[in-house]
Amino acid sequence: MDPVRLIIVAVGGQGNLLTARVLGEAALASGIPVHMSEIHGMAQRGGVVESAIVFGDAQSSIISDAEADILLGFEPAETLRALNRCNKNTVVITNTSPLPPFTAAIGKGVYPPLDQMLELISAKTARLVAFDALKLAHEANNPLGLNMVLLGALIRTGMIPISAETARQAIQDSTKKAFLESNLKAFDLGYEAAA
Amino acid sequence: MHKLLLDQPGKEMLVLGNEAIARGAIEAGVACATTYPGTPSSELSLAFFQMAKESDLYFEYSTNEKVALEVAAATANAGIRSMCVMKHVGVNVAADALMTLAYIGVKGGLVILTADDPFMFSSQNEQDNRYYGKMAGLCVLEPSTLPEAKEMVKYAFDLSEKLGEPVIMRTTTRINHSTGAITLGEITQPNTKGSFTKDPFNLVAIPAVSRRLHTRLLQRMAVAEKITDETEFNFVEGGGSLGVVVNGVSYNYVCDALKDLGVADKVSILRIGFSNPMPLKKVTEFLKGKEKILVAEEGEPFMEEAIRSMAQEVGCIIPIKGKGPELFSREGEFDPAGVRRAIANFFGFPIKPAGSLDLSDLPVIPARPPNLCAGCTHRAVFYEVKKAAGDMEIMHPTDIGCYTLGVLPPLSSADFLICMGSSVSTGCGFSKFIDQKVVTYIGDSTFFHSGIPGLVNAVHNDHNLTMVILDNGTTAMTGHQPNPGVDREAMGQEGFHRISIENVVRGLGVESITVIKPYKVQKSIEAIQEALAFKGVSVIIAQEICPLYAKALKRPARKPFRITDKCKDHRVCVDALGCPAMFVENNKVAIKPSACTGCAVCAQVCPEHAIVPIRD
Repeated sequence: MDPVRLIIVAVGGQGNLLTARVLGEAALASGIPVHMSEIHGMAQRGGVVESAIVFGDAQSSIISDAEADILLGFEPAETLRALNRCNKNTVVITNTSPLPPFTAAIGKGVYPPLDQMLELISAKTARLVAFDALKLAHEANNPLGLNMVLLGALIRTGMIPISAETARQAIQDSTKKAFLESNLKAFDLGYEAAA
Repeated sequence: MHKLLLDQPGKEMLVLGNEAIARGAIEAGVACATTYPGTPSSELSLAFFQMAKESDLYFEYSTNEKVALEVAAATANAGIRSMCVMKHVGVNVAADALMTLAYIGVKGGLVILTADDPFMFSSQNEQDNRYYGKMAGLCVLEPSTLPEAKEMVKYAFDLSEKLGEPVIMRTTTRINHSTGAITLGEITQPNTKGSFTKDPFNLVAIPAVSRRLHTRLLQRMAVAEKITDETEFNFVEGGGSLGVVVNGVSYNYVCDALKDLGVADKVSILRIGFSNPMPLKKVTEFLKGKEKILVAEEGEPFMEEAIRSMAQEVGCIIPIKGKGPELFSREGEFDPAGVRRAIANFFGFPIKPAGSLDLSDLPVIPARPPNLCAGCTHRAVFYEVKKAAGDMEIMHPTDIGCYTLGVLPPLSSADFLICMGSSVSTGCGFSKFIDQKVVTYIGDSTFFHSGIPGLVNAVHNDHNLTMVILDNGTTAMTGHQPNPGVDREAMGQEGFHRISIENVVRGLGVESITVIKPYKVQKSIEAIQEALAFKGVSVIIAQEICPLYAKALKRPARKPFRITDKCKDHRVCVDALGCPAMFVENNKVAIKPSACTGCAVCAQVCPEHAIVPIRD
């Protein structure tokens, strides 16, 4: 399989490492080679957490600038910041619910308007899937299920040869029992949202 | 059962690089593991810590890397297979032991894992620890992939026992923190019964003994030179008159690049996995018939210089390049595109231009620097010291831990830092010659690690400084590992002695000791004022548990706070504390209840007393 390169960007605490983990398990179950890398030194201190996942026949576990086939952003400004990882053929999926950096939150820096951010991303890349994933996570009765909502949307794009069924199984195997039902619900809502 | 203890040979498992290494050690029958935690090696130690609870493995978080290596040096000399884990700069701390341990050697296998951090994702420098192998006269192994890392650990134990010497395994962040599939192998039951036979004229490094041991070490290196030429960890791939020599994760980037450029048939690869000593025969064989050689290695030109010198020995004068303006940098880490570009540039292959987007019209996106957590005890102390100092000009040597984040505004409480333990010792030097009052910051784990000798120095030489020990009851930065001052019973562990920082400080003869509870702002400020006024060494111990750790221990949560109508928008809270639980909405400060830990520091700072706990 030709390599498919996915970059996930999130803010510490949003749960992107679990998304990466589920994708890795699902790839393994589907017989797809997978190499992943993550930078999470400051995850618990409000910094940016980035995962790179390379599916298919490649050996590298990191992704160079301008070489992501898919960018999955958990926070709109972080998605915008990661545009340097994209090219004109990149498919971008982003949550639209903002989590302003502390500096902007206390009025010492301006958080760009959401519309402007989405317009820029859309104009520069092949396809943009943008929706309020946090709202759907709440709908699934699982505010921490943002990561599963976005995973559902990612699978729906069909960019990665992992079926929804395999992904759901990987969620069952990798996430806590207490959250299983709401995680699957969140996944399904995200899957529908990206139709 | 811990997943890495699964006795299911042949099972495929998705693991973190650090877990692959831990599993390799288990398959090799490791019986003792020691460490001082440090990113990117921390999860490896964590895996040992967890597995030790349910297996025969002995594991300890040692006081520092030197102690960790000395403990492991002893267990290995008692015939026990041992592993010692640290981050790259930890080897500097352990270096004194390392250099002479190479003379003394080992009986049971000893593998020293150094996790290097090119690009310094979470480190103060990006030193290349292959040179430690060269300096000490020890073998260095470097894996390129996770499955190989697992196998290499097993090989490293065998090699160590064969040579009677410790073996250094060097990884980089992209091995430690990458995830991939490994296949489980057979687990070797560890030998946990050690023994010691007196042999002082081989084991006590006095000059007369060491002279002989140095000869023996060089003989062992000569044996290693044969092994490195034979091992399958140094291998040649592909054919063609152009050559790339590569180590570590860069090997993957080179393979991908040759494929992407469609030149796999034109370029041969010599992959070096056993990098000290470098394989003379394999390298010189590889050079034969080649037009030019590119050396792809992150960090320093370690292989490049060795290969050039080997080429000289056999009269080979083809171009051998690695580090250079159009090729590879000594700084940072490599990436697939950069390696592809360097290969194309050096050999003259056509390359597609990068598909970079024009991002010149992007708005400024506010930065997202890491911040001390909501309710962090350090934030309170930084604020209180500032308040206590008033007009007194202060300079802050700081240390390594979460509190280093105090460098950022609005706290701005870090002025000088080089390494673990340097806060108080550099404070000694500064205080002798500058006008500002010197107030140093150090955490509890770092205090035990290497802060104590600096404090002894300060007391003995009667320096004039205030040392603030930020005792949050855990090693927070690396993920809440225990240290000698930690309450192990709270972690559900028995059989440990908790060492009181206050008693240590008192025992060293410090005359001014102040213990503060940093969440009590006014009281703390008054106590700090007294400590700052003291001429000589004063020590302030700020005791309050790390809020993240308290949560992990399931300690009862405090009520979050809210801002009432009494707020007159002075913004002292936001401007002085910079707590991430606060935000500004409709031009008013507000508190996110989900983030607020109820430390109440902002409530005590507010001039209008407008911040109050949320009542049910």
